[in-house]
Amino acid sequence: MATLAPIATAPVERLHDTWEARPGLYGILATVDHKTIGKRYLVTSLVFLVLGGIEALIMRAQLTHANAHLLSPGAYDQLFTMHGITMIFWYASPVLSGFSNYIWPLMLGSRDMAYPRVNALSYWTFLASGIFIYTALCIGQAPNAGWFAYAPMTLRTFDPGLNMDFYALGLIFLTVSTTVGAINFIGTVMKMRAPGMSLNRLPIFVYGTMTASFAAVFSLPALTVAATYLYFERHFHMHFFDAAQGGSPLLWQHLFWMFGHPWVYIIVLPAMGMVSEMVPTFCRRPLVAYPYVALSTIATGIIGFGVWVHHMFATGLPGVSMSFFSGASIIIAIPSAIAVFAWIATMWLGTPVWKTPMMFVAGFVVLFVIGGVSGVVTAAVPFDWQVTDTYFVVAHIHYVLIGINVFPVVAAFYYWMPKITGRMMSETLGKWNFWTMFIGFNLGFFPMHISGLLGMPRRVYTYPASAGWGSVNLITTIGSAIFAVGVLLFVINIFVSLRRGAYAGSNPWDAGTLEWAMESPPPPYNFAVIPIIRSRLPLWEDQLGDATPGLIPGEGHSHVSEGVVLAEGRETFGTSPLEAHPLHVLHMPEDSMFPFLLAVAMLGTAYGLVFSLWWLAILGGVGMLACLIGWLWPRHLVTGERA
Amino acid sequence: MTSLAYDRTIQLGGEGRAPGWWAMVWTIATEAALFGFLLFSFYYLGSQSRSAWPPDGPLKLTLSLPNTILLILSSVAYMWGERGIRAGNQARLRLGLFIAFLLGLAFIIIQGIEWSKQPFGAGDGAFGSLFYTITGFHGAHVIIGLCMNVLVQIWAARGTFDRESHLAVTNAGMYWHFVDIVWLFVFASLYISPRLG
Repeated sequence: MATLAPIATAPVERLHDTWEARPGLYGILATVDHKTIGKRYLVTSLVFLVLGGIEALIMRAQLTHANAHLLSPGAYDQLFTMHGITMIFWYASPVLSGFSNYIWPLMLGSRDMAYPRVNALSYWTFLASGIFIYTALCIGQAPNAGWFAYAPMTLRTFDPGLNMDFYALGLIFLTVSTTVGAINFIGTVMKMRAPGMSLNRLPIFVYGTMTASFAAVFSLPALTVAATYLYFERHFHMHFFDAAQGGSPLLWQHLFWMFGHPWVYIIVLPAMGMVSEMVPTFCRRPLVAYPYVALSTIATGIIGFGVWVHHMFATGLPGVSMSFFSGASIIIAIPSAIAVFAWIATMWLGTPVWKTPMMFVAGFVVLFVIGGVSGVVTAAVPFDWQVTDTYFVVAHIHYVLIGINVFPVVAAFYYWMPKITGRMMSETLGKWNFWTMFIGFNLGFFPMHISGLLGMPRRVYTYPASAGWGSVNLITTIGSAIFAVGVLLFVINIFVSLRRGAYAGSNPWDAGTLEWAMESPPPPYNFAVIPIIRSRLPLWEDQLGDATPGLIPGEGHSHVSEGVVLAEGRETFGTSPLEAHPLHVLHMPEDSMFPFLLAVAMLGTAYGLVFSLWWLAILGGVGMLACLIGWLWPRHLVTGERA
Repeated sequence: MTSLAYDRTIQLGGEGRAPGWWAMVWTIATEAALFGFLLFSFYYLGSQSRSAWPPDGPLKLTLSLPNTILLILSSVAYMWGERGIRAGNQARLRLGLFIAFLLGLAFIIIQGIEWSKQPFGAGDGAFGSLFYTITGFHGAHVIIGLCMNVLVQIWAARGTFDRESHLAVTNAGMYWHFVDIVWLFVFASLYISPRLG
């Protein structure tokens, strides 16, 4: 074997020209650069976070004291539904897709995702479905039956407006985005890793998003089916949920939760994966029990398919069925506990450096434990009966989703923004940011456990003074306002860092994974040479020597700045799924307008279906078909790739 | 084993599937789950039903059984054509694709007749709604498969494919076989399972 070409000879100019999107409107709409798509995902999902947050604050204002009349009951219904679906569907998962999109190829040593145009489609359909669902709010007919929308109150008899039609079609639309995105992640992890990055050298973040993607592929169709039934029942007088016509309201609950519970893991596993990246960096040592954390991630994803009935304990199902699902729901705590103990052990054995990301990560561990405990207790059927549909469950879902999603996400922004923008976020503001969010969150949401145990039901627009829930609700509202100030500080910190942040350099945290190897922000082609990987922490091999995890003695070290160039067009390696042996040189697609146009056509169809404008629906359908044909048409009669 | 001219340090394995092949595999996986949930609904509501399921007795097999055989034959024809291109035989590919297309088209036409002959409509209770939704979903998949077939035929006529490079033929074929196999599950559930009770 000849010696490797040094980086100085890499044709950086040519790589730049090959990979950079064209300037102007065409470049904006047609780009397939995973970094651009990732940034768009992050910004758009933060917009949805702010929208959902404003909806929550309006509700909290209404609930501050008894007998308030700031909102009508109907408006309150729309607000809590929009708050729920915005946060759960249009923020929590897309924000993680944003990080995965941006970071994955950098972490994996690739120049792009496996299906760059599918990636663009995934973003455009996410945006279009968000515009679609917020159209409903703008015309005053937003979904109004709660985020899990139980039949029969969602049927036309009880809910005659367009509200739930927007819900059904909006969710099907978003499902397209999430499904194609998940397939893109799976394809990427199977084919697009740097030579040598075998499964035992994959970062846990990759395991997290990969598991979430598998869960999405198999669980999202349940939502598609349920939402299709709902739309058909409402529009075409068909019967799926109407008990008088042989349907069953419980069919909705089964389908929704068969999707819904895996979804919980879809929006937490990648976040837990991000934590598993940050903990080693800030504790200055490799993650403890890496294989167990990887396996517990996968185990959680699998067991997550067997717990859906715990959302239905109060529906009168047979005792045997409830025992099984209660057992499964308690067992799922075990893999989560493995991850928690691995993080704690890493902190214990390492030397924590208390930068802002680490503070958010530590806060996350605390909230995860509280949310986990309130989850385990509700897995017990008798306790669940006591608190079903009370604020106790509201407290639990917020500890889980804010604790395990928002806190790691904010940590990840502090951690990876320097890579994305090339500038550091302020540490001083960051500390303020953490403490206001942490204190505000606990002040706001912990009392909800108490109001729940006092018997306050969720989704009531107001309550009588005699109920005695006034003071806990006042505390909750104050806490949520403090939490909102914390989020505001976070957004301010992002904007300030864009202009005034200190330059980050390539590796400001002295981290060990591959995304810190190149300059910040990364060049359009990511890597001047494709790295060759020999350990799990390629950038820590100098410090750790032979103790670097994943390093096999005698196999040599990773090559990050030396390797193969691949500059004849948009090229990167296709590698084997297990060992990441290089198999072929992949010719990645050029920029394309079709993903954007396809999303526009889908938006047209969705509007056509919701307003019963059949010509528009058909026009959109024809447009979709045309886009797909144009997309698939073989431009350079695929070269040299085996089928 | 090929190696790169401008760098002799990496030996390429050459074996292994293209990313596009995996994309089709996972698309089929999610579609299979979709039909799984559709059929779950069918069995769930069937098991809860207090009246006859189906309401007018088991569905007739007069058209549906021969139609099922047509669809299986269509898959066989596709496979025969695909084996042709693997041996470099362009004519056999084109013929196989065309026969598969005709059989698939016949299936969808007969399915339309089958719909028109049912004694119940989509609004007549849960069974009718499920019957038209599930067969409708399947019919839509057949039509998508036929569109893919037409595209592959056009490309085949232009000589796009050869022995080594015919991913589109393989992918459209996998999808077509999936649509056929899933029909066997739909057929067994909607037509056969009510006869077993």
